[in-house]
Amino acid sequence: MELSTVKQNVPVKDLTFGQRLAADLKRNKELYLMVIPVIAFYIIFHYGPIYGAVIAFKTYAPAKGVLGSPWVGFKHFQDFFQSYYFWRLIRNTLTISVTSLVFGFPAPIILALMINELRSKYFSRTVQTITYMPHFVSMVVICGMIVQFTKDTGVVTTFLSFFGMAKETMLNDPNKFVPIYVTSGIWQEVGWGSIIYLAALTGIDQELYEAARIDGAGRWKQTLYITIPCLVPTIIILFILRMGSMLNVGFEKIILLYNPATYEKADVISSFVYRKGIQEFSWSFSAAVGLFNSVINFALVMTSNWISRKTSETSLF
Amino acid sequence: MEIKQSYGERIFNYFNILFMLFAMMLTLYPMLYILFASLSKPNDFMMHEGLLYGPIGFSLASFRAVFKNPNIISGYGNTIIIVVGGVALNIFMTILGAYFLSRKNVMLNKVITLMIIFTMYFHGGLIPSYLLVKALHLDNTLLALIVPGAINTFNMIIMRTAFAAVPDSMEESAKLDGANQFVILFRIMVPLALPTLMVLVLYYGVAHWNSWFNAMIYLRKRTLFPLQLILREIIIQNDTNSMTTGSSADDKEMISETIKYAVIVVATLPILCLYPFLQKYFVKGVMVGAVKG
Repeated sequence: MELSTVKQNVPVKDLTFGQRLAADLKRNKELYLMVIPVIAFYIIFHYGPIYGAVIAFKTYAPAKGVLGSPWVGFKHFQDFFQSYYFWRLIRNTLTISVTSLVFGFPAPIILALMINELRSKYFSRTVQTITYMPHFVSMVVICGMIVQFTKDTGVVTTFLSFFGMAKETMLNDPNKFVPIYVTSGIWQEVGWGSIIYLAALTGIDQELYEAARIDGAGRWKQTLYITIPCLVPTIIILFILRMGSMLNVGFEKIILLYNPATYEKADVISSFVYRKGIQEFSWSFSAAVGLFNSVINFALVMTSNWISRKTSETSLF
Repeated sequence: MEIKQSYGERIFNYFNILFMLFAMMLTLYPMLYILFASLSKPNDFMMHEGLLYGPIGFSLASFRAVFKNPNIISGYGNTIIIVVGGVALNIFMTILGAYFLSRKNVMLNKVITLMIIFTMYFHGGLIPSYLLVKALHLDNTLLALIVPGAINTFNMIIMRTAFAAVPDSMEESAKLDGANQFVILFRIMVPLALPTLMVLVLYYGVAHWNSWFNAMIYLRKRTLFPLQLILREIIIQNDTNSMTTGSSADDKEMISETIKYAVIVVATLPILCLYPFLQKYFVKGVMVGAVKG
């Protein structure tokens, strides 16, 4: 009997919270012991920085520490909103995000649909294995490849010069930054991104196809009336979740590819935070920008999660 | 009854196969180009323009230069230490957390779960994290690359699902035999959830192998630099000087090109070699994660 060490004749729900907690701690003491390092980890390395974000409201000086630095309220936020950078960063972040979405979101879906139509399982698995590969190559190597291929004597540059493009280092031209970024992103992730859709496709009831075939529907009609409608719930969920990270362009690739010549189009919020904070030591200012970004991201993610929960309830029969 | 394919369907099949071949070629060609370039004679490669269909001339000079570079050797060593140490810590912490979260009749379970999941959606930002690591004096040590990332919440959720799938009867009968939770976890649960555990080893391992940013902001001693950071110097910042000491200026310029390709090959080959064998485990992880998430 579990609660035999507590008052015998009192029903469980009449015990106070504190008493129940004490009993639980005693009964599950090994489990609680086990999880202490985990909780400590989250408190130190995840909640610590959340507390530390308070320096966005102060002017942090390393010598004075977090508590000793003077309070300035929303000054850094105002500076940021009124600065020249603000609109440029928002514009760049959204441009890169939306372009990646428009071209990068449908690509894995199309690939999954086409792989699904292949008749040879062996060929299909080979295609999958090969197209997943770039996902595992490190960002440094991917960007190294991009730098090599797009410099003035690079393969891609030479190839495109046959179509009239000038033979100069492509990564110095701000107008070429977004296409390079998005295209290489698709190259790297289209294979891996198709996994989820392929998984969803294998979950479609084969009997639906049988019935359609008997009714005389050809492959195209089957795709249109069975495959795509069955895929729509997955697509919607993933799309909505993707919308939630609209302002969340990761900085690793940007930092590896950008340079002062391309800041105008390449600098995004996260790369700006890195540069201002770690390279230029404007601790509080960049912490403010980072906090702004985190809050917006959080709001977007919560909203899109909520929408996704609402819509999947109505779209799942 | 055989339903014959229409003419249109047959054309589509051929087109599809062609499309797939094209997609595979597009995926592979950049990597093949790099391989060919790394095996080419430096002088001949410099003079060549356009696509490569094979190495130009054949020369291992670039690879020789790569392996003579002490930074590459130390980079490899550091990365191996980081991967082994990092994954060990990752798995240990992830198992502890996942097991706790999977036990249903623990009062604080919901609260702690919420507290952990919240961190997936909101964090303090780069600057506060950076200042924290410095305040803890972890900076300029390899610990800065291992400890702050000890648990990946998403991975822990995957592990939690695996533990939760073990029937309660196993835990019950073990308790009857007098086992405490530690024994249950390490002697029963872990062996039963081993496949999922291996998936996490792979995920954490690849993440450590490929990581460079934390090393860049926290490390100042070159002897601690992991491989990817050394790579970054060479192939992105164009700094091959450390590798070509002793050659004439012209030679330097020519071999520095093919060296970059050789260095990419050397850094990526381990992952690409292991990859075909482990691919299905990676894919399984995505499925489990997707279904749960």
